[in-house]
Amino acid sequence: MITTQIYSITGLLLFGMGLFTLIVHSHPLRKILAVNVMSTGVFLILIATAYTPLGQGEVDPVPHAMVLTGIVVSVSVTALALILSCRVQETSNRDLLREKPVAETAKECTR
Amino acid sequence: MNVDNPTWMIIPILLPLTAGLLCFLFHRKTFAIVLSAVLANFMAACFLTGQLLTFGHMRYSMGGWQAPLGITLRTDGPAVLMLLMTGVTGLAITLYARGYFSFRIDDPGRTERHQHQQRYFWPLWMLLLSGLNGLFLSNDIFNLYITLEIIGISAASLAALSGKPAALLASFRYLLTSLLGSLTFLLGIVFLYKSCGVLDLDLLRNLTEHGPGVRAALALMSVGLLLKTALVPMHFWLPPAHANALAPVSAILSALVIKGSFYLLFRLWFEVFASAITTAALNVMGTLGSVAILWGAIQAIRQHRLKLMVAYSTVSQLGYLFIAFPLSRTADNAQVWSIVIFMAMAHACAKSAMFMSAGTIFLHFGHDRIRDLTGVRASLPITVFAYGIAGVTLMGLPPSGAFIAKWLLLSSALASSQWWWALVIVAGSVMAMIYVFRVISRFIVIPEGFSSQKLGYHSRLLEWPALALAMISLLLGLAAPWPLHILARGSHDLTQILPGGLP
Amino acid sequence: MVKTRNRPKRLDGFQRLFLLLVICMIILLGYILSNIPGGTLGLEDTVAEFQDRSGVESPVTAVLLNFRAYDTMLEVVVLLLAVIGAWSLTKSPLPGQVADISPIQMGVVRLLAPVMCLVAAYLVWQGSHLAGGAFQGGAILGAAGVLILVSDFPQIHTISALSLRIGLVLGPLFFVGIAFCCLFFTGDLLGYPEETAGWFILLIESACALSIGVTLAALFAGSRPESGVQKKQPAVKQSPDRGNS
Repeated sequence: MITTQIYSITGLLLFGMGLFTLIVHSHPLRKILAVNVMSTGVFLILIATAYTPLGQGEVDPVPHAMVLTGIVVSVSVTALALILSCRVQETSNRDLLREKPVAETAKECTR
Repeated sequence: MNVDNPTWMIIPILLPLTAGLLCFLFHRKTFAIVLSAVLANFMAACFLTGQLLTFGHMRYSMGGWQAPLGITLRTDGPAVLMLLMTGVTGLAITLYARGYFSFRIDDPGRTERHQHQQRYFWPLWMLLLSGLNGLFLSNDIFNLYITLEIIGISAASLAALSGKPAALLASFRYLLTSLLGSLTFLLGIVFLYKSCGVLDLDLLRNLTEHGPGVRAALALMSVGLLLKTALVPMHFWLPPAHANALAPVSAILSALVIKGSFYLLFRLWFEVFASAITTAALNVMGTLGSVAILWGAIQAIRQHRLKLMVAYSTVSQLGYLFIAFPLSRTADNAQVWSIVIFMAMAHACAKSAMFMSAGTIFLHFGHDRIRDLTGVRASLPITVFAYGIAGVTLMGLPPSGAFIAKWLLLSSALASSQWWWALVIVAGSVMAMIYVFRVISRFIVIPEGFSSQKLGYHSRLLEWPALALAMISLLLGLAAPWPLHILARGSHDLTQILPGGLP
Repeated sequence: MVKTRNRPKRLDGFQRLFLLLVICMIILLGYILSNIPGGTLGLEDTVAEFQDRSGVESPVTAVLLNFRAYDTMLEVVVLLLAVIGAWSLTKSPLPGQVADISPIQMGVVRLLAPVMCLVAAYLVWQGSHLAGGAFQGGAILGAAGVLILVSDFPQIHTISALSLRIGLVLGPLFFVGIAFCCLFFTGDLLGYPEETAGWFILLIESACALSIGVTLAALFAGSRPESGVQKKQPAVKQSPDRGNS
């Protein structure tokens, strides 16, 4: 039981950290990574719900399937968000939300 | 297949899906594919309505696996009406998009760019349609999450399609917001699964006990859906995303996409977890809704650009949907459902008509600064007429569908002596009048010495779909008993109601 | 990155308030989560009951591709949507060629790519009874595609845009096609005939794995091929960012 708790709490912590970063930081890449951290947190909790101690019946496969689905969705959205953020910087030639290093990040994206 | 076979339910989901895949695969004959899919989708919605009226609500198990194990779809009154709304609006938007893109492709100089936009518009729109239909029909909470993701991704991609820097930035914000919303929703699902161990909505409804786990789940899911529905103060992403997109895309986003998440939210609150809802929570929703009405209307009045004004009016109109929440304590469930469905349907038709008209005006004049749009009536009479009719619906004048919804809202607010909501509704309508007339007066008044601008060739598809939708939204009020009948037939605990005291 | 990025930033009032809010929320949710009685609820018994009718031995695969196959179908569509979205955004292939690729890299990739394809096929096949399946196999295939892309093999420039699109759409289209076939065979959408369910699942998984691999590689490349007959896969440069995804 305690193992489940540790995993769940860690997942929640990751979710919170991601949420804080997503709102507070303005750099697009950080935002995207923050969302990734958040989704990892959610998946961790989800996996923890499937946990049963050894020898006590079967492991619940439904959360596993849900996590697999969730990972695929998160990969797709991350890729789209990265491409979108690159396009934003290419076209507007200014960093998102007024952060300083315009030239560097843009160069990195379009090089 | 027999007429009473529930398998028909899959048509509105799978047909647009297949059409989307084919459109992406082949670059030829895409419009034929899309048009047949949209037509079939509309006919399927009509068919499902007829089926519902004859046989009552139905469910369909995917792969033959029953509820706790497999995924089920179901039709009931609200779902069928939302399908009809999507079918009608989708058909008109598709026709308009055809006219819109062919007009722009005719523009020499930019042909390639617009061909590119059109090529990707069709598959994205078809997949979005299939996601929406899936959302309205699905009865499984995790499946609903996936449909939400389909809607979110395709809507964000559509919003970015115009390629302008402002649109890209708005779409990036939109994507992140929608992602945050769906992650919060997913966390809610985790809590729910952990506390209840099932994912099917019917089984969840039958659980009588609502522990803290279920309440936390409901709170998380609601926050996620509110983010996607853009209720004030979570509306920050909506106006730029809707105003900077291409005109057909704005119509889709404003008319259909936000209705999807709202429908789900409303369903969770009033059908699945109805017994876990507290009065305080309902009042919070009502308060946010009233702030949305007033704030959105004030912002709409202050805008100088036509499309931004229409986008802010969406923020405002969404508020009415949320004012229905606190009134559910005294009104019966059926009345609240009918208010919300009427409002949603009328707003979908009117708002898409408005965005289409604004798009046509933008196409012909190259800008949408309200100040410089004097005398548009002389060049585009049908478009201006459609805009005006849609404006009547936004104001909530009779005989529009929004009038029925507002009438029901007002009467139940006064009946339960919660007059403050009534006050907000009236104030919102007056402000809607201001922002609608401010534009219309510009369009209609032709100053002295005004020479009407000579327009080039222009397709009828740019004007008539908007007018048709505007007329539907206007006449929806006259056909009021019919949707109410569908609602009453297909719901579990809804009884036949008719708005009392209607003329 | 820039030096200033690493300087610890002072949080302003709003941010502190938000931090407090997030902390409170996490504590509350953690409290609720740890008080939910666990272990008793779940669908494992139901899944176990119908396991032998699903045609596969692995319970996760049974859930993914039989009991909740509709979810998986939509999810494959989500992946495709990301590619459509990405292609609708980018104007043209990113310019530039990889400057110089060491012969060692070329040789290693040449050796690795077939092995990876083999591993992917094995994973897909193994999915019926152990951990594995379309997504794992597809991920390996995608990795192979990424390796080939970063090595800028000349062959990738000869792939036509149409065949690339066919590769992308194959999985979802095949899935939908099988779903309709099942409708005619058994009367249920995605309801495979019980005796041949395993084969149906394997077929779907193979098609999906292929498409997922192509999709991931296409997402890595990031931009659409030119719409002419001659397709040119862009040389990929911003791999550090995209590699993380």
